[in-house]
Amino acid sequence: MAEELAKTANHSTTEDTALRRATDMPLLRIEGVTKRFGNFTAVNALSLDVRAGEFFALLGPSGCGKTTLLRMLAGFETPDEGRVLLAGRDIAQVMPHERPVNMMFQNYALFPHLSVRDNIAFGLRRAGMARGEIATRVAEMVALVKLEGLEKRKPDQLSGGQRQRVALARSLARRPQVLLLDEPLAALDKKLRESTQAELMELQRRLGMTFIIVTHDQEEAMTMASRIGVMDAGRLAQVATPRDLYEAPASRWVAEFVGDVNLFEGQVISREQGRLKVTTREAGIITVAEPHQPVTKEIVTVAIRPEKIKLSRRGLASAVDALQAINRFEGEVAEINYLGGLTAYRIRLDNGAVVRSVMANTARLDVDGYGSSERVAAWFAPDDGVVLEQ
Amino acid sequence: MSTRRIFARPARYAAIAPYLWMALFFLVPFGIVVKISLSQTAIAQPPYTPVFELGEGWEAFKAAFEQLSLDNFRLLVSDNLYILSYLRSLVVAVTSTLILLVIGYPIAYGMARLPQRWQGIAMILVIVPFWTSFLIRIYAWINILQHDGLLNRILLALHLVSEPVAWLSTDTAMYIGIVYSYLPFMILPLYATLAKMDRALLEAAEDLGASPLKAFWLVTFPLSLPGVGAGILLCFIPIVGEFVIPDLLAGSNSLMIGQTLWLEFFTNKDWPVASAVAIALLVLLVPPLVLYDRLQRRQVEGGR
Repeated sequence: MAEELAKTANHSTTEDTALRRATDMPLLRIEGVTKRFGNFTAVNALSLDVRAGEFFALLGPSGCGKTTLLRMLAGFETPDEGRVLLAGRDIAQVMPHERPVNMMFQNYALFPHLSVRDNIAFGLRRAGMARGEIATRVAEMVALVKLEGLEKRKPDQLSGGQRQRVALARSLARRPQVLLLDEPLAALDKKLRESTQAELMELQRRLGMTFIIVTHDQEEAMTMASRIGVMDAGRLAQVATPRDLYEAPASRWVAEFVGDVNLFEGQVISREQGRLKVTTREAGIITVAEPHQPVTKEIVTVAIRPEKIKLSRRGLASAVDALQAINRFEGEVAEINYLGGLTAYRIRLDNGAVVRSVMANTARLDVDGYGSSERVAAWFAPDDGVVLEQ
Repeated sequence: MSTRRIFARPARYAAIAPYLWMALFFLVPFGIVVKISLSQTAIAQPPYTPVFELGEGWEAFKAAFEQLSLDNFRLLVSDNLYILSYLRSLVVAVTSTLILLVIGYPIAYGMARLPQRWQGIAMILVIVPFWTSFLIRIYAWINILQHDGLLNRILLALHLVSEPVAWLSTDTAMYIGIVYSYLPFMILPLYATLAKMDRALLEAAEDLGASPLKAFWLVTFPLSLPGVGAGILLCFIPIVGEFVIPDLLAGSNSLMIGQTLWLEFFTNKDWPVASAVAIALLVLLVPPLVLYDRLQRRQVEGGR
């Protein structure tokens, strides 16, 4: 049954794709959208394209405007400026009940007086679907989210995970052009969240639908999304694949928001052979690879992820290759945090700066670990440093 | 185990308190009224026989007990004065409750939709009339509705009528009085259920293709039914027994059961018949109460 559904969904997507190719438009285009609440600008002249079949995540701290943006896509808020084009049609002023998008709500918003079946059928009945067709579709949906046998239950006779599935089935039942998900996993515990993430991805891939998810959980966004838009104060700070977001952040803010990072501010003193030398207050001279975009500013920030900073014992320095010697700092272990798979170290460098380093615990027995106050050398390759100009 | 024992005892005593209260102030008086309703009227002090005298022993008690009869209840059924009274009470109560629902629901809905800080003010506005005595407010209505009262003067000034309308001593006046007096009892339970409703439910309904009106009908209204039930109950039952409002505002050609009861008790000095009227009224009100209770329970069970 699910296969069939996937087939029909795929079919409609191919048609959509053909249509879009003809007009050369993404499925969803947000153009200069602004939304103000009184004096507060929640979304500020934001533009974004989402292609059909994408799993797109809007990531940001609370209050960054990501939920407002999602609510504008659903129709619960009307933009003050700008256009929202869905398959070429401006839907900015269209009422929520007339939009071909559906939303999965943060706390599911299941109708407490209706059974699982009636919750899922709600949207289909509004669409004026024939009774028999509704029954078939509901059965498909119930099977899709593995809720067989629970059709007659009311929402408060279900567990949190089951409620989440009903909400998903209900929002998918109408086969929306875009499915909006507002923190869909926030109410689940960690284990359930991880398995549900995998199921959501599988579902999205199989149905070939376009998902836009709002989340404040970067791990969730990284795991599920094919592209992530990081929002800050009503604007998109960066739109990129999870990998680019992490390895090539566009700004200091993004680098700090996504994952942990060591930041060194300094002045560019030379550029030669694709290498940039930056003199920093905290760590002396750092050599990094010059980015593709030529650096125009004098004062830059060098960002290095903690796992890119390797540690070695002082005595072994002579044995490592010359590459290591370029960015090499002497210091001592100030703090050790054992995290299971990883161990996080804080190294106090001799010039006073503190850098963070994360090492994978690849062996069960702790023969190679570093002890507290042990003298170590922290080093990283020039390619592992990212030069940020803002 | 030991902590449970420590707390169990006082808790059990505390649980008895409401039953004690009920027994003392409901069951005992109820028993007395039942007894009077089975007695015969007499020109005496108290104005009925038999009277149980505990001092006269078992035989006298038995003799007195044998004198009790259902004559008064037979009278209630045989004389259509009483049946008409009951019917009128029911008609008035059903009509007014419906009007109350139609007026009260939009008000409660509007209140629940107000910004948070205005909701408190709206609530106070609903309750404020209670600060004035009920009787005074009904007399105020007499003032407004009388021949040269405020309402007629306004209507005349607006040229809506050419001569004063006789409002007082009509059913219209009575309905105005009842609806005015009971409106808070309808609004408050409705407001309580509507205010705690999750706005996201309406958004979900609209997201799934329901127009705002449809969303109201399919989501808001069914979820507010417990409030509707509570409001109906809070209004319907006291209105059935209402005495003051029909006595002051309605005409005297047909009486509500409360008025009939008053008449039997104070004008005819027939305590037994009056008691029978009261007991019959109570029995009449039990079915809707049970029905409501059953509905409420089904809702709770269905919800779990």
